[in-house]
Amino acid sequence: MSADPQQGRPGDAWRRIARAVRSRPGRSQVAVAALCGLLAFALVTQAHSNAGTGGLTSARSDDLLTILADLSGRADRLRSQVSALQSTESRLQGGSAGTAAALTEARARAQTLAILTGTVAARGPGVVLTVTDSRGSVRADELVDAIEELRDAGAEAMQLSGVRVVASTAVVDAPGGGVRVDGTLVHAPYRLVVIGDPKTLASALAIPGGVVDTITGLPGAGAIVTTSPSVTVSALRALTTPRYARPAPTNSP
Amino acid sequence: MIVLLAVVGGVTAGLVLQPTVPLDLQPYLPIAVVAALDALFGGVRAWLEQIFNDKVFVVSFIGNVLVASLIVYLGDKLGVGGELSTGIVVVLGIRIFSNAAAIRRHLFRA
Repeated sequence: MSADPQQGRPGDAWRRIARAVRSRPGRSQVAVAALCGLLAFALVTQAHSNAGTGGLTSARSDDLLTILADLSGRADRLRSQVSALQSTESRLQGGSAGTAAALTEARARAQTLAILTGTVAARGPGVVLTVTDSRGSVRADELVDAIEELRDAGAEAMQLSGVRVVASTAVVDAPGGGVRVDGTLVHAPYRLVVIGDPKTLASALAIPGGVVDTITGLPGAGAIVTTSPSVTVSALRALTTPRYARPAPTNSP
Repeated sequence: MIVLLAVVGGVTAGLVLQPTVPLDLQPYLPIAVVAALDALFGGVRAWLEQIFNDKVFVVSFIGNVLVASLIVYLGDKLGVGGELSTGIVVVLGIRIFSNAAAIRRHLFRA
């Protein structure tokens, strides 16, 4: 290794190389050439097989074990992440489903309450009671009786001559004929539109000694009951916000 | 001349055929290649020092490859294959470097 070079000049070495490259190959060079060719072939093959597989096939078994442990640790971490995210997702979905159900229920309740308080129009099967009165003998008593009778028979929405009838509706005699329904003056003929089971409502009005009998017994008065598969209660009533009453915590029905 | 032709032929054959290394040979081929490279550099250095002998070259080439493969094989059997492979590569690399330095001194006087 440490032997001093024998040539005095670098030019000698280059000249020898050029002469060797130009020279006719001797018999002894064939074996050397074959080995060099074999080396080149093996080198290219190894480089190629290494590049093709990312080096995994030529890695040793303990290296492979380390890589495998790394990968399985990473897979475990990712799996735990997946399960955490899945539980979050299911929690969020359950929450939104519960919200949607609550919203639907609240909307249904609001609609029911709106029909009961008369803030929306209603349509359904029912009856129409027309009370004629040519001599002013029908008083508020008879109309209140009719309304009470219909409520007992399960009326769900009512209007009397264009005024919505709700729980707080008052019917009073007006001086000089006619009645005031919640302050609105109405005259005969009175037209009471009721939504409910038509058969029940009609039979409630027609019982002997009932509403129809009483009204037709009055001088100059008549009552006609018409059942219909679809009547419309279109009169509305403004909603009054309670000034003093507030919701108290109770168990919902 | 014929050596250059053989090298070109070997590279071409490797590129064209693209052989897959047999599974049994896979641990040995890289070490064998490094050992052969060491023999090649030693041969070039000997040639420049005008003490080249083709018989010595052939024997050292084959011997290098066989010894390197044997050491790797023994290392695998003993369970220290990875470390022994690294050691062989380090030793052969040092020899290649010193041979390359000698060749450089011959060619460039530097």
